[in-house]
Amino acid sequence: MSLHGVAAVVGVAERAPSRYTGDETILELLSGVAVDAVNDAGFSLSQVDGLIVHPIGGLPGFVPATVAEFIGLQPRFAEVVDLGGATGAGMVWRAAAAIQAGMCTTCLCLTGTRRRRRPPRPDAGSMSDLPRRRHSIRPSQDRSPQAEFDYPYGMLGANVGYAMLANRYTHEYGLTDEQRAKVAVDQRTNANANPAAIFHDQKLTIEDVLASEVICEPLHMLEIVMPAGGAAALLVTSADRVVDAKQSPAWLLGAGESVTHSSFAQAPALDSTGIGIAARAAMAQAGVTPGDIGLASLYDCYTIMVLLTMEEAGFCPRGSAGAFVESHDLTYKGDFPVNTHGGQLSFGQAGLAGGMSHVTEAIRQIQGRAGDRQIANLELAYAHGNGGIIAEQVGLVFGADR
Amino acid sequence: MSTRLIPPITDLTQPYWDATRRGEFVMQQCKACTHTIFPPRSNCSNCGSKELLWQPVSGKGVIYTYTIAHRPPHPVLVDQCPLAIAVVELDEGPRMITNVIGCNPNEVKIGMKVKVAFEAIDDSDEVLPVFEPV
Repeated sequence: MSLHGVAAVVGVAERAPSRYTGDETILELLSGVAVDAVNDAGFSLSQVDGLIVHPIGGLPGFVPATVAEFIGLQPRFAEVVDLGGATGAGMVWRAAAAIQAGMCTTCLCLTGTRRRRRPPRPDAGSMSDLPRRRHSIRPSQDRSPQAEFDYPYGMLGANVGYAMLANRYTHEYGLTDEQRAKVAVDQRTNANANPAAIFHDQKLTIEDVLASEVICEPLHMLEIVMPAGGAAALLVTSADRVVDAKQSPAWLLGAGESVTHSSFAQAPALDSTGIGIAARAAMAQAGVTPGDIGLASLYDCYTIMVLLTMEEAGFCPRGSAGAFVESHDLTYKGDFPVNTHGGQLSFGQAGLAGGMSHVTEAIRQIQGRAGDRQIANLELAYAHGNGGIIAEQVGLVFGADR
Repeated sequence: MSTRLIPPITDLTQPYWDATRRGEFVMQQCKACTHTIFPPRSNCSNCGSKELLWQPVSGKGVIYTYTIAHRPPHPVLVDQCPLAIAVVELDEGPRMITNVIGCNPNEVKIGMKVKVAFEAIDDSDEVLPVFEPV
């Protein structure tokens, strides 16, 4: 049993990332891209019988039912995926698996977040009430082991963990600030060719990255993803329905997944991460090797994540990612295209739609719809999602042919 | 004393925090396979046994990795930045998140030997295990 060629993505829609999304509710954002993805494929809503969503703040439960009703769907398969930044990628193989199992024929995968401009709230316990908090406080809702054993030390959010990851990587293999910055700069060049990218109009140099504020050593501000709002939707359909689609298909050829820990303190060693487990499984199922891949669409919450994923997924030997990016052009014009949409660092991270952006880009490139940044004659693309601090991993291989 | 996010303690984890208040450092140990377990669990994460005993641990370890946070990860930590946040690998095996105190943050290095120390959390009765250079 394999997911190879069971299903294809035939519709893609995005609400381009923006710093703020205005007054629309999350249901409005999600339904907007849902309908757009169905139209993109040339399908009708009545043909959609599967729905995959993710947990949504402000909706305490019943998320698939709430979203389905709002759009006007009555799915035969309804699912919630909760894998952090790997959620979007994780939706895709679940859609194919549900199709293979006969639970549905055509499945919408929806991700998104709204982001409103808000006045600072004095009791929110967020960064907005800097600079002073003279009293210890109890986390309001969170009863996770991390709230008990990590948060008291300042191990909150992702910056601290990825900074520690970067320091450990540098200790084991060696890595320079310039090598990390090169990732952000090449991705910015890609974003400069993508009108939907949040930083489309802004150039970036290695000097700019290194001159930006150090937030958590060794990571600079411009190596860190900027929060945005937006949404993304995919329409996945069965092999026999692909002929009905207006767009050429992006076939799902292989998928892999791995969840290794929740607290970064419990993460596996750098040579045995879940990144590699998921990537190897995806490529094995697809029957391809890293050398066959023409686009690496790699989750990039931080520059270090791209470097680690490159080598864990097998695109370069372990410990060589720093030297690899120095000697390769990662742009859409280059010899090893990575994150041709700009990555989350330059395209934007609209919540969990940020992780979906690596998937939508792989699909658009495979379909030949990537505009100015199109890679010529692309046959195989690899998309990788990553959640938590290298905790949740999903790898996907897409092909132009089944 | 320092301002912190106060840990939400459960019945399962109470013995850990009772010990830190006495200036002691304890973790669960599996009766079946002797694995030392952290954070506290209901079963051994190595062999699955539910027979776990609270035992003193050495409090000695090495820095596995670290960062210096210049921007406070939470407003409650503003007065403590730049703050050395680290993963310590204990001699008994488990890794844990901690802060390194008792030295300039710039002196913290991977592989540095450290030992446990205890720091009271302001506005609470809890005591937080932290680490300092040996």
